[in-house]
Amino acid sequence: MTDKDKKIKTEFIASLVRLYGKDRSSLLPVLQEFQKKFRYIDEYSQQEIADALSIHPVEVNSIISFYAFLYDKPRGKHTIRICKNIVCKFHGNKELSKFMEKKVSEFNKDKSEESKITIEYVNCIGLCDRSPSMLVDEKVYEKINPHNAEAILEELS
Amino acid sequence: MMTFEKIKRTGPVLFSEYENGSALKKAISIGRNEILAELKESGLKGRGGAGFPTSTKWMLTAAAKADRKFVICNADEGEPGTFKDRVLLTEYPELVLEGMIIAGYVIGAKEGIIYLRSEYSYMLEFLESKIEYMRKYGFFGKNILGEQGFDFEIKIRLGSGAYECGEETALIESLEGYRGEPRNRPPFPVNTGYLGYPTVVNNVETLASVPHIITKGGEWYKKFGTDKSTGSKLFSVSGDCKYPGVYELQWGITLRELLKIVGAENTKAVQVGGASGVCLNESQFDKKISYEETATGGSIMIFDKSRSMLEVLKNFMEFFVEESCGQCTPCRIGNVKLLEGVNMIEKNDYTLEYIDKLKELGETMKIASKCGLGQTSPNPFISILDNFKDEIFSKN
Repeated sequence: MTDKDKKIKTEFIASLVRLYGKDRSSLLPVLQEFQKKFRYIDEYSQQEIADALSIHPVEVNSIISFYAFLYDKPRGKHTIRICKNIVCKFHGNKELSKFMEKKVSEFNKDKSEESKITIEYVNCIGLCDRSPSMLVDEKVYEKINPHNAEAILEELS
Repeated sequence: MMTFEKIKRTGPVLFSEYENGSALKKAISIGRNEILAELKESGLKGRGGAGFPTSTKWMLTAAAKADRKFVICNADEGEPGTFKDRVLLTEYPELVLEGMIIAGYVIGAKEGIIYLRSEYSYMLEFLESKIEYMRKYGFFGKNILGEQGFDFEIKIRLGSGAYECGEETALIESLEGYRGEPRNRPPFPVNTGYLGYPTVVNNVETLASVPHIITKGGEWYKKFGTDKSTGSKLFSVSGDCKYPGVYELQWGITLRELLKIVGAENTKAVQVGGASGVCLNESQFDKKISYEETATGGSIMIFDKSRSMLEVLKNFMEFFVEESCGQCTPCRIGNVKLLEGVNMIEKNDYTLEYIDKLKELGETMKIASKCGLGQTSPNPFISILDNFKDEIFSKN
């Protein structure tokens, strides 16, 4: 990471702490907002967030490791979260997963780490009445089949 | 992107006619004690599933003396098969917000927080716009509707993908910036809650019921449901049926009646109450859904005769192994052991004696686990193995 990148991150963290308050209870919103911008929370930034909130960096790491939607490893541009609850599984999730894995691996070919798509399997996302369902970043998609999944993927590229 | 239904919903309470703001106006005119009396009369109990009387919770928090108090709306709807709060928050947000304001008025809180699960982050802007819309009518800010000293604000905080945070003390830990691990109780949040201040934590559906009770009265509300389970309940119906979705029905309905309404045919099993609930077979479909017989947070997952019950059970146990917060041993280790047992059955490499031992372990987990997660996660294990033993152990 260049000094310039570090400076940008430190300043962004400072602005978040100003917004949410220098308080332990601001930790999750700060991490969430940081991740929204930089996709994951690197070691340098964990230290900076810890300093800005006057807590130990290991506390910051502990929080990131506890919550499924916080990451300390680099991630691609988009995250597809496919629901793996039994209702979705019984209503087309298996076919959907197979299709998405194939399409996404084609998509990711020859792409830099930064522009790749990540697929994750997550617990119930509350769309069982419209299964199979998935989240693409912060958008919800319901009743997905290979046909509309193709269109969703095209939107991402 | 949001999900809306095209048809207008109908139901006895939550989906009945309502004029926004009318409950808050009435609440201020009748005063705190009268509101608590109506709530008590209504018999409203917590709709997250635990069923604690709402009036008692509010009364205890109102009685606590403190500089600050909080109203928290638990919108961390994570129980597999549950989506009623999604519907309430997208189609009836005013009801939920108004319920929170009334709670703030009764307990003397000026601050409200909605803890919204991160999977629902797409609702964030929509909900914030609703708050701003209601602000225009004087429902937020200082001296609300002209009542001197009645100030209230709501902010929305997002979860980060942890089922455990639906447990109210884990939710509070999460809001305070810690891992979502439950606290020892007592002390209860009503006196030592968020940041150590008295706090009411209510489910979305509980809060949405309040405005109807205030405007129409506890006596009216009590007419619906059964003696000990008053009012209506939202059911999140999914799985093998013609019309999955959210239904508002009265407590006391039998499973068989419900299955008919949602167009379920050829039904083999119904999982009542989500992954942490119990799985019933056809001989049990005449059971009533109520706090007295089969209590539930409202998740109804229907499986027809083509489905493998072992696959269902495996899915649930994998869920619990993943979502156990790991703080207490019975839950952390117990769920892993139960899942191992399921895998052994799947490979047809087990003894019935060992499976019985695992059921005993499940009973121990129910008693020894610290919070609701480990206390209820053995439910599907025990009920599916008991109620579908012919199918599951047929290979032996």
